[in-house]
Amino acid sequence: MSASAEVAVRTAAPRSRGGIIQSVHDSWVVAKRNLRRMTRIPEIVIFGLIQPIMFVVLFSFVFGGSVLVNGSSSPAVYREFLMAGIFAQTVTFATAGAGAGIADDMHKGVIDRFRSLPMARGAVLTGRTIADLVQTALTVLVLIVVALLVGWRVHNGIPKALAAFGLLLLLGYAFSWIGALIGLSVRTPEAATSGGLIWLFPVTFISIAFVASGQMAGWLQPIAEWNPFSATVQACRVLFGNPGVSESHAWPMRHPVWASILWSLAIMIVFRTLAVRKYRSATA
Amino acid sequence: MPGAIYAEGLVKHFKDVHALDGVDLDVPEGTVLGLLGPNGAGKTTAVRVLTTLLKPDRGTALVAGIDVLKRPNDVRRSIGLSGQFAAVDEYLTGRENLQMVGELYQLSAADSKRRAGELLERFGLADASDRIAKNYSGGMRRRLDLAAALIVSPPVMFMDEPTTGLDPRNRLMLWDVIKDLVSGGTTLLLTTQYLEEADHLADEICVIDHGKVIERGTSDELKARTGGERIEIVVHQREQIEPARTVLTRFGRDEVSVDAHTRKLIAPVAGGAKLLAEVIRELDDNGVEIDDVALRRPTLDDVFLSLTGHHAEGDEIVEDE
Repeated sequence: MSASAEVAVRTAAPRSRGGIIQSVHDSWVVAKRNLRRMTRIPEIVIFGLIQPIMFVVLFSFVFGGSVLVNGSSSPAVYREFLMAGIFAQTVTFATAGAGAGIADDMHKGVIDRFRSLPMARGAVLTGRTIADLVQTALTVLVLIVVALLVGWRVHNGIPKALAAFGLLLLLGYAFSWIGALIGLSVRTPEAATSGGLIWLFPVTFISIAFVASGQMAGWLQPIAEWNPFSATVQACRVLFGNPGVSESHAWPMRHPVWASILWSLAIMIVFRTLAVRKYRSATA
Repeated sequence: MPGAIYAEGLVKHFKDVHALDGVDLDVPEGTVLGLLGPNGAGKTTAVRVLTTLLKPDRGTALVAGIDVLKRPNDVRRSIGLSGQFAAVDEYLTGRENLQMVGELYQLSAADSKRRAGELLERFGLADASDRIAKNYSGGMRRRLDLAAALIVSPPVMFMDEPTTGLDPRNRLMLWDVIKDLVSGGTTLLLTTQYLEEADHLADEICVIDHGKVIERGTSDELKARTGGERIEIVVHQREQIEPARTVLTRFGRDEVSVDAHTRKLIAPVAGGAKLLAEVIRELDDNGVEIDDVALRRPTLDDVFLSLTGHHAEGDEIVEDE
């Protein structure tokens, strides 16, 4: 292109539309970018699938038969009990991906580029977390097939099962904002990957996901019962009609659907606020 | 009236490192300012403040007449930034990278597409436009990064060490692109570690060290201060110093300095390699035998040595909040 043509289009960017429309537009542009990346690095998606499948197989066959669920030690009962926990663990483990992706963008200067553009402030993070939500949903779909193969069933009808998956995705989306904050806070993508995973182990294991809280040490029981993660697991067991629903009188165990929604929204609001604030002052 | 890029008293400290320690800048519209300095001098910090990426501790800055601190988003609409690392998404194609940036500048999808096509063509990336950037060479990535910064043809451009790490061929290619851009009236602030680059591209040069502007002027003014080009020869025998001095005085711009002990003569010149060939021929005709000969151009290090008395080796600044 010649210099004269350059002069003809010598204008700054159009005036920002501002507000919610721009936020949605910019988030979508960034989400599209991250979804495209996923199609080009399929190994990330594939590893994301292998991990939960491995957990289903390991837990079913290693622990099945040794854990009491509703007084039964039948492996078949444990597998039905287990699945809500595996689903919930799977959606939360996607957190590490969000963190690593954002840390990688920081490291490579892509975040600097985004921050120098007249775009909606939260859009880079929203776009990222939405793309991760899509990936999580895909993983959950594959996991459903595997779960059906090992004998898991829903007993309360499809609408309730869909509601349970809605709660799972909401939890996963909320947790991905924690991942975003971790990704913005560490110096390298490697640190984001390990830092994004470590805290998830106590969160998912000190819960009712794999063992009923009644079988834990007394001081751990209230922690497990008030764990946001447990609320979603309990809600899923109730909605799926799976065995092992906690008999505890703790409020989140009595009202698991509400507890799950409230916890997820609270996590989302707090960590989105922190992550966006961190993003604004981010330095590579 | 302040220029297209204007800064007054910028201060930014990271812990105990004074990355910026009272920097003033004024770049008239349509001109190029070269910010010259070693690693850790504060160049990148200055660019980050001016491009709204970093808030200064003190000071004011206007870009395209807009206050960087008060209306950052309006500044972002008027600038293009090409950073020290080619900030392209390596898993997107060249075209997808440019279209994404266009859409985030709030261009319509159609306009983004059109501009992406134009720029890929202009930067010699048309053939590679549908390949993912991971497979691009270093030079291609830099050009793609620069193209991304030019999507909206911003009136003010910032380039942070645009050619660091590039081979000479790609460096020359990028210089041409930059010159072309500037001839279209864009105001450019460019940071560099290479005096040659600033010399080539900049109308005015600011030498920056330890967060302070220690010298500013045109490239000629700076060179005058550092001595410019010079020819250094070592003659074979002491008796040949005088005939050599006579020859060099004829070509030199200034007095020839002589170190009789090492048989070394230094003559400030202007005329480069062509002149060097003539000097050698002339010395040969006069029967002067030469042990060593060199044409020395002033380097950043020479500039620093003459301005500050120390070498141009800064400590890396770890940018932190």
